[in-house]
Amino acid sequence: MSRVRVLVGTRKGAFVFTADGKRDDWKVSGPHFAGWAIYHLKGSPADPSRIYASQTSGWFGQVVQRSDDGGETWQPVGNRFVYDGTPGTHQWYDGTQHPWEFARVWHLEPSPSDPDTVYAGVEDAALFRSNDGGRTWSELSGLRTHTSGPSWQPGAGGMCLHTILIDPANPDRIFVAISAAGAFRSDDGGSSWRPINRGLGSASIPSQEAEVGHCVHRIAMHPSRPDVLFMQKHWDVMRTDDAGESWHEISGDLPSDFGFPIDVHAHEPDTVYVIPIKSDTEHYPPDARLRVYRSRTGGGNWEAMTEGLPQRDCYVNVLRDSMAVDSLDPCGIYFGTTGGQVYASRDEGRTWSAIVRDLPSVLSVEVQTLP
Amino acid sequence: MIRIVLPTHLRTLAGIDGEVQLEVRGQVTQRSVLDALEAAYPVLRGTIRDHVTHRRRAFLRFFACDEDLSLEAPDAPLPELVVTGAQPFVVVAALAGG
Repeated sequence: MSRVRVLVGTRKGAFVFTADGKRDDWKVSGPHFAGWAIYHLKGSPADPSRIYASQTSGWFGQVVQRSDDGGETWQPVGNRFVYDGTPGTHQWYDGTQHPWEFARVWHLEPSPSDPDTVYAGVEDAALFRSNDGGRTWSELSGLRTHTSGPSWQPGAGGMCLHTILIDPANPDRIFVAISAAGAFRSDDGGSSWRPINRGLGSASIPSQEAEVGHCVHRIAMHPSRPDVLFMQKHWDVMRTDDAGESWHEISGDLPSDFGFPIDVHAHEPDTVYVIPIKSDTEHYPPDARLRVYRSRTGGGNWEAMTEGLPQRDCYVNVLRDSMAVDSLDPCGIYFGTTGGQVYASRDEGRTWSAIVRDLPSVLSVEVQTLP
Repeated sequence: MIRIVLPTHLRTLAGIDGEVQLEVRGQVTQRSVLDALEAAYPVLRGTIRDHVTHRRRAFLRFFACDEDLSLEAPDAPLPELVVTGAQPFVVVAALAGG
């Protein structure tokens, strides 16, 4: 029977949950790296025993950990993230120019085909790659040195590169997203990049149609249809059908189109999940009811999934990297909250139960479906 | 032998139990002590000072003999009591939390 491994990063350590394919009896392991913020963990699709973790601290900086046995044991690997050349400046909150400074790794994206190749999205926004299992890192500096770079500015959480999507059919095509610069695409393996933000229409910036400056919160792709992307923007849920050449809004009848995570059903490319949040100033669910919204039409029409989720007095947030799906049938959906709950649905979102309720604030959730 | 006291998180990261004791060649300074520490425990590179500039991380400070040495030049000699091992060189993490 297949198994599921859920990788959870929190403000104070990492946790690993495992269950068999029934997904009703969970073994909890952790905290790993207790006391450190674990921004993200992700397993290699090519070798599920290989897991990378971003361990970070305002005091001690960045550490990258690697497990070769499915999260049982870990070893620190390389943490030298140095920008190519003279890093230059980007726009600061007050409009002045500010030096590019490495702060932390937000997201680790292992290659679909090579366990030793892994990409790191960092703050201040840049993309790094390791080809030796995380021991050494090199910047793919064509992104940061794009002519628009000096006009990129941080979102409230910092200027982070938080989303990395690799086209499974064409590894030279990579999508990334940066808060608050926007989405970018490379068609040559990460050497050169261009913004793909046409149609985003962010009302909070001086020119709604600007090439960059859009606060993209998260992008999701179904592996069978890599030209179709779904985006949760600061406000608005968006969709592209042409690999980012143009975007159109699919917020439809959502109670709020503000939010952070977005994900796609493992077997239905037009079934999309979001978790609406009231607003950018009140980071909790509308009406204090925690609801996952599902669209089975690729956006536009949404239905609330509430069974098993708190429907009163709920004031948690769900951060951008904190939702994931397994590839069992029926598809399982998972998300973690800033209140420390990790919820799982083993029936495509219809019903939910908490795997745990009292973790530190959850920063990220990833799922591995194991043979 | 130079004695070094590290914050709990760095001891855990490096697998260190208690104080570190290291031989330091040449003049004993912040730089030579940290060079020796990082050579003995490579995992600590980047956690106390920047990989490239070697500047002390902002929320760490260096103490010895009840003195804050954080703003001393990296190549300034450390106190004799540190050189003889009578007193440790202490890396302190800023207190935070509620």
